[in-house]
Amino acid sequence: MAITTVDVLNCLRQMADVIHENKEYLTDLDSAIGDADHGINMDRGFQAILKKLPSVEDKDAGTILKTAGMALVSSVGGAAGPLYGTAFMQAGMAIAGKYELEAEDLLAILDAALKGVIMRGRANLADKTMVDAITPAVNVIREALGNGAGTVEVLEQAAAAAKKGMKDTIPMLAKKGRASYLGERSIGHQDPGATSSYLLINTMAEMARVKE
Amino acid sequence: MKKLINKPEDVVKEELEGLALAYPDIVKVHFDPDYVYRADAPVKGKVALISGGGSGHEPMHGGLVGLGMLDGACPGQVFTSPTPDQMLEAAKMVHGGAGVLYIVKNYTGDVMNFEMAADMARSEGIRVLSILIDDDTAVKDSTWTAGRRGVGTTVLAEKIVGAAAEKGYDLKKLADLCRKVNINGRSMGMALTSCTVPMAGKPTFDLPEDEMEIGVGIHGEPGRERMSLKTADEITEMLALSIIDDPAYSRTVRELDEEKGEWVDVTLEDPPFKAGDQVLAFVNNMGGSAAVELPIIYRKLHEICEKKGLKIVRNLIGPYITSLEMQGCSITLLKMDDELLELWDAPVKTIGMRWGI
Repeated sequence: MAITTVDVLNCLRQMADVIHENKEYLTDLDSAIGDADHGINMDRGFQAILKKLPSVEDKDAGTILKTAGMALVSSVGGAAGPLYGTAFMQAGMAIAGKYELEAEDLLAILDAALKGVIMRGRANLADKTMVDAITPAVNVIREALGNGAGTVEVLEQAAAAAKKGMKDTIPMLAKKGRASYLGERSIGHQDPGATSSYLLINTMAEMARVKE
Repeated sequence: MKKLINKPEDVVKEELEGLALAYPDIVKVHFDPDYVYRADAPVKGKVALISGGGSGHEPMHGGLVGLGMLDGACPGQVFTSPTPDQMLEAAKMVHGGAGVLYIVKNYTGDVMNFEMAADMARSEGIRVLSILIDDDTAVKDSTWTAGRRGVGTTVLAEKIVGAAAEKGYDLKKLADLCRKVNINGRSMGMALTSCTVPMAGKPTFDLPEDEMEIGVGIHGEPGRERMSLKTADEITEMLALSIIDDPAYSRTVRELDEEKGEWVDVTLEDPPFKAGDQVLAFVNNMGGSAAVELPIIYRKLHEICEKKGLKIVRNLIGPYITSLEMQGCSITLLKMDDELLELWDAPVKTIGMRWGI
């Protein structure tokens, strides 16, 4: 099952809905170990994406993702802006010129996004960040592709792995970002960035499920 | 939430509109992207200084724009870093042909956004250097955290480096001076209450009547340690000693290397204070404490410095780097020398700081 640019546009719109619905939840998570703005900032960023989408409706999937990334960089601020912005821009570059995406392209997208996040934020696995949700997703996609899985299966496994990765941040001691200043007090809280990463990956899976 | 605001989402925009109307002789405001800049910018032949960060720390940074201080300030949403397009456009507006220095507080978001902005400005042919301020002794460990936060020393650096830019220092020399101020300054803050981000609508954390947070940053984030409430003298002693007795602090930061044209890791070490040092003592109101309380802090700080053999040669007392309406204070000590003293005393005309003019 190929994913079209219409699907990509719909997925971004659905991501905006999901982020909006979870705005308070993400902000509450951030209140506990950060500065109480993650949901607010992500919501502003995805609303900015929605405004840009009409201008790229006839463009390739790579251009659509790059445009979304630039909208995030110039509207989110904080650490999430450069991190998600870079992730979307790198993902867009990985599928530049494509109008239809196959299961392998999903690996290219998430792998490029992860590398972008690591390049910009220099976080390692288990630092209690977005990286902890995205890395397991990329790993299972790679494995699932090797076993010949299709788009839906690949994304469902990725969402499950991201969810586990997100939950796994709870006992972690934060080593990056504002939560790192809390030292031991960051333990016992779920990372807001890992949570938004899971929500976005899960939205991709839902999009594929509905399409099927 | 009780605040003198209209709509939470309009707070920053309406603040900037008010500043532009009130101080047209000092600043102008550009909207979309948002930045505050000197009314007489660009100043030809002078290195332009730009800083920025989340709003909610007023008068920093917009209120520190003007003669003898910043040329531009990029305000983000409350407690949220501004974005690279603001920093790039501000640089294009204020640079007077001698380059741009970004002064960046060490917060993950600010650092990443300013890095992207510096790369973008350089690709447009603007000479840029960027110096981090990381002076918060509440953070002991730079290996397992994002390193010390940029707090009170930022205000002092903007004043001193701003005076030097006015005097004609070139970009490289200004970057060196800013780094020197940073490694010689140390701060420690505390909170009696939390604060409410307008868009969040409720306090960032709960702090019971009889407790306080020691080692807070400037974003209403919880501090390093929570303890039972103490007297002003006891609080001052805790803050002052964590600064004065802080050992040498070493960390690696990323700076732009102009010759290589890329970001490089630079290891910096803050020398500890020692008896005989001359210092500038800065007692900062976090925004919500009554003005009557700050001299009480200063009084004890003066006594402790004397006892430790530190001579206070200049001071600054008041709300300069605030955390919305948070009650509490921070103390910053900066080791001074003749160069820094002369630059500190030089004329300044901004919304938040004015003398010699």
